[in-house]
Amino acid sequence: MNTMTKKQRVVLGMSGGVDSSVAAHLLLEQGYEVIGVFMKNWDDSDDSGFCSAAEDYEDVVKVAEQVGIPYYTVNFEKEYWDNVFEYFLEEYKKGRTPNPDVMCNKEIKFKAFLDYAMSLDADFVAMGHYAQVERTEEGVRMLRGVDTNKDQTYFLNQLTQAQLEKTLFPLGHLQKSEVREIAEREGLATAKKKDSTGICFIGERDFKQFLSEFLPAQPGNMETMDGEVMGRHDGLMYYTIGQRHGLGIGGAGDPWFVLGKDLERNVLLVGQGFHHNALYSDALKANLVNWMTPKELPETFECTAKFRYRQPDTKVTVQRLPNGEALVTFAAPVRAITPGQAVVFYDEMECLGGGTIDEVYKDGQKLTYVG
Amino acid sequence: MIYLDYAATTPMKREVMEAYMHTAEMVIGNASSLHSYGREAKRVLNEARKEIARKIGARPNEIIFTSGGTEADNLAVFGLAKALRSKGCHIITTEIEHQAILQPMKQLEEEGFAITYLPVDTSGFVQLEDVERALQEDTIFVSIMFGNNEVGSMQPISEIGQLLKERDIPFHTDAVQAYGTVKIDVEEMHIDALTASAHKIGGPKGIGFLYVRSELPLMAHQVGGNQERKLRGGTENIPAIAAFAEAVRSLHHFDQDKMNDVTERFLNELAKCPIQYEMNSPEQRLAHIVNIYFPHITVDHLLARLDLEGVAISSGSACTAGAVEASHVLVAMFGEGERANSSVRISFGEETTLEEATASAQIIGRVVETFQRGKE
Repeated sequence: MNTMTKKQRVVLGMSGGVDSSVAAHLLLEQGYEVIGVFMKNWDDSDDSGFCSAAEDYEDVVKVAEQVGIPYYTVNFEKEYWDNVFEYFLEEYKKGRTPNPDVMCNKEIKFKAFLDYAMSLDADFVAMGHYAQVERTEEGVRMLRGVDTNKDQTYFLNQLTQAQLEKTLFPLGHLQKSEVREIAEREGLATAKKKDSTGICFIGERDFKQFLSEFLPAQPGNMETMDGEVMGRHDGLMYYTIGQRHGLGIGGAGDPWFVLGKDLERNVLLVGQGFHHNALYSDALKANLVNWMTPKELPETFECTAKFRYRQPDTKVTVQRLPNGEALVTFAAPVRAITPGQAVVFYDEMECLGGGTIDEVYKDGQKLTYVG
Repeated sequence: MIYLDYAATTPMKREVMEAYMHTAEMVIGNASSLHSYGREAKRVLNEARKEIARKIGARPNEIIFTSGGTEADNLAVFGLAKALRSKGCHIITTEIEHQAILQPMKQLEEEGFAITYLPVDTSGFVQLEDVERALQEDTIFVSIMFGNNEVGSMQPISEIGQLLKERDIPFHTDAVQAYGTVKIDVEEMHIDALTASAHKIGGPKGIGFLYVRSELPLMAHQVGGNQERKLRGGTENIPAIAAFAEAVRSLHHFDQDKMNDVTERFLNELAKCPIQYEMNSPEQRLAHIVNIYFPHITVDHLLARLDLEGVAISSGSACTAGAVEASHVLVAMFGEGERANSSVRISFGEETTLEEATASAQIIGRVVETFQRGKE
C-alpha cells in the first residue's frame, strides 16, 4: 500500500473470541486502519447496568488494547429482537427448527452492522468467520473456509453481492489450529479461550427452560407412525427431526428417534432405529432462496448441497422456481431433513446461495409429518 | 482531538500536579502517627481541610475526606439513614440523581425504608411544592442534587434548604457537578450535608469529601480506623488531599464569563448548521453543560463517529459491556422514547478555547447532517 494514500478503514466485529481477535491482528498486518466493534444484541442488563456480555466485552477491550485499535460497543438489541428473535419464536410455534445464526448474519451482522460501519466511514466490514471472498471481474464469490471442519458459509448463505463487496473475512484461508497458533504467538489475551457453543443469546443456559419463558409448552403424547402411544412429550417445540436424546422410551430393540410432529393433535411421532424409513426423503422445496453467486445460473442445474451445518455435501439437482423458491432433488435419499433449517448450495469451493427448507418430499409425496 | 467531556472529568491543573508531587515527596508520614512525620502529615491534612471548609462556609471538622463523590454519596445516604433510623424510615430524593445516590436508595428500600423519588419537569427541575407535599411525619432526610451532571439543571437549593430548615429535616445535596462552578455556602443555603469531588475541578481523581453539619448524626459506612472523626476509616490520602486544596485555591481564577462565552460560541456555531436539534438543557443551568437532542440519530453511532473525527463527547451511561443506555435523567424529563436515546452531553472546561468551540460545533454539525440526511 502506498504510504501516501489514506489507509482503508475496516470495522471489525469483535465478539471477544479468539477468531475475531486474530482477525484484528491480521487486518493490521495487511495495512488497514482497524476499528473493533462489539455488538450487544440481547438486553439482559439490570438496573446497575450489569449484563452477561460484560466478560466477552472485557476480552474485546484486552485484545484491542494489545493490538492498539479503538473499540466501541454498538447496540442492536431492538433490531435483533424484531428481525431475528421474533422469527425464531414464530418458527418454533410452527413446529419447525429455525436457524437464528443465518438470520443474525442476514439482518444484524451484514445489515445493521454494515450500515453502522458505513456511518463510521468504513471501506469494509470484517468478521472472524471461516469463509473467503474472492473478487473477480464478474463479481464477488464467496468460498468455503479452507478449514472445511470450521467452514461457516452455511450460516452466510443469505448474503448478497452488495454485502459481499463490502466484506472481508481475514481468517478464511487459515486452519483453526493456525489461528490458535497466531493468537499464542502474538500473546493475545483470548489465545486459550474456549470457543463458544450454542445459540448466542441463550449462551450456556438450558435451552428448554429458555424457550419456555417465551412460548407456552404443551405436553402431549408420543406415538408411533401406527398410532401406538409410547409416552409423553414436554412440548413439540423441544424436539427436532432425527433427535434421539430426551425421549425417555426404554424397552427392547433399537433406540427411539423423533420422526415428525402432528401439530394439530400435538403428537410427537417416534420410531425405532437410526435409519428408520420415515426419516428418509429424496427432495425438498426451499423458500427465501438467495443466489449470491455472480455467475448466471440456468433454470435447472446440478450442484452439491448441505442441509445442516457440518454435514458432508450431497449431490442434488436444483430447479429454480418463481418467488424465491427452489425444488431440490437428492441423488440419493437423505436422513432427517428438517424444515426451518437452511439448505445451502455449493459448486466445489464456491457457495452459490441458499434458502430455508420449507417442505420435504419422498417419491413425489409431501411428508406432512415433518412439518 | 477536542475534549468536550469535562463533566466526566477534568485534566489536573499544573499547580495541582505540583502540589501532589511535592506532598508525595516531602510528606511521607501517616497522619495518625505520633512522631514528627505524623505531625507533619496531620498539619498538611488540617490545612487542606481548613481551606476546603472555608470555601463552602463550613467548619473544618465538618469535612470528611472520602475516595470521591460516589463514596461520599454512599456515606451520606447510608450514614444518615442508619443514624436517623429511630426517627423514621422515609427519605425523599429525585428521579435524576446520580447512581451513587439511587443505588444506595434502592438498597435501603430492600431494608424497609420508604423512598419518594420526586419527578422533574421537562426542564429538569424539581418543584418546591413537590418537595413540601412529599414531606411526612417520619421523613428523616432529603437528598436533592445541586446541579445535574447530564443536563445541568440547577435545583432551587436555597429554597429547599429554607423549607427543610423550617421543618427541621436534614438536607443533603450532591454537589459534585456544581462544586467549583457556582458559589456554594452551606450556611446561607441551609445545607446540612454536601458531596463534592476533586477531579471535576482540576484536582486529582480518587479524592472527594462529604460535608456534614456537626450537629447531625452520621453512622460510618467504612470502619476500621479512627480517622475522620471515626466516620471514615482508612489512612488519609495526603498528597491527593493537598492537591485537592490546591485545586480549590485555584478556583479563584475560574472565569464564569469565559465559560459562558465558550458555550455561547458553540451554540451559535451549531445554529448555523443545516441540522435538526433541540436543547435538553434549560436556560437556568450549569454553564459548562449542554445536552442536545438530535432527532433521527442513534447515539452510539454518533459518539463513535465523532470520536474517530477527534471530538470526545458523551451520553447518559453505559452498561458493563460498553453499550450506551437511555439516560434515566432524560427519561425522567421526557419519558421513554427516541429523545432519551438520541441525545448527547457536551461539556466544556476552563481549558476549552473559543477555537475549539467553533471547530467542534462544525464537526458535530457536519456529522449530524450526514446522519440525519434522508431520515426525516
